[in-house]
Amino acid sequence: MIWELDLVILSLVVVAAVGAIAIKDLLGSAILFGAYSFMMCLLWAIMGAVDVAFTEASVGAGVSTVFFVAAVFRTTRRSKD
Amino acid sequence: MRTLGILVAALTCALLFYAMGDFPPWADPGSAAHTHVSPRYIEKTMEETSVPNAVTAVLADYRGFDTMFETTVIFAAGVVCFFILRLPKKEGPIFRRYRHTLTGMTIRVKCTRKIPPVLEEFEMIDNLWAPHDLIIKTSCRILVPFLQLFGLYVIAHGHHSPGGGFQGGVILGASMILLAISHDLRTALARMGEKVHALLCPIGVLIYAGTGALCLVLGRDFLDYGALAGILHVDPVTARSHGILIVEIGVGLAVMATMIWIYNNISSRGEYDEGL
Repeated sequence: MIWELDLVILSLVVVAAVGAIAIKDLLGSAILFGAYSFMMCLLWAIMGAVDVAFTEASVGAGVSTVFFVAAVFRTTRRSKD
Repeated sequence: MRTLGILVAALTCALLFYAMGDFPPWADPGSAAHTHVSPRYIEKTMEETSVPNAVTAVLADYRGFDTMFETTVIFAAGVVCFFILRLPKKEGPIFRRYRHTLTGMTIRVKCTRKIPPVLEEFEMIDNLWAPHDLIIKTSCRILVPFLQLFGLYVIAHGHHSPGGGFQGGVILGASMILLAISHDLRTALARMGEKVHALLCPIGVLIYAGTGALCLVLGRDFLDYGALAGILHVDPVTARSHGILIVEIGVGLAVMATMIWIYNNISSRGEYDEGL
């Protein structure tokens, strides 16, 4: 493990997580959630859990982002709160 | 209410950080997870199942129950999405828009609910229609077969490298979703209809549970693939390796069908008429 790389990815995870909750635009939220998943995938890969990283990349960053975007397109793009 | 929420979140965060102090350090060989079952899996997997990737062996063989019910959960997710979103077929005429591909003129036609056949000079367009980009369409169409081949490789090669039924199934499903996004939902549905993926989904779960039940019938424990040695004409160790492949195929089918099913229901608002 390289701690500089770790620190950058971990801080990006936190930023993406807080941003995904705080942002008003739901499409942006979905994409930030995809970025969060991708950073988590990198973290898993760094920790040596390659199978989990693969699942996170395909399910978390790939298909669930598509589901979120499809749901946003079919409902509304602005959140109420 | 908002401050209360932030307060609760901060409190939970502090509690989790406090509890983190009791965790063993990362990759500590003396921690509980690394002292009881892990060494046995790492040492015995190769001689007991002849699967080089210990993760796959643990997932599909030693902890086969977990994976079976994970597959069932995914199946349930697909079915729930279907029951919540799918609308019954409506009767009566509907207005559809057709675009003349040569001139770009759009006409509105009153027709039946049934999805009409593809015409040569006119293309049916949706309410959310945007002019199709030839580059996107063509590159996605070229990409889809390679994606599917890669998905099959991931399923079949899970024994030797990272991967397996879940990842491969998701990649296979994503290839059909890509087709639906880059063209339209009708193009994807013409290749894989609602009945097909609604049937493949339980078939995948059935393959998994059926393999387990077959082991039970042959006189061994549920999901003890060594029992399949007689049917497959191999020794019990290789039979466990093959049994893992069979259940991975089941998982892959169920996951692929569920992903497509959920996407189709979400993107068409459950009408299976107009996609994104």
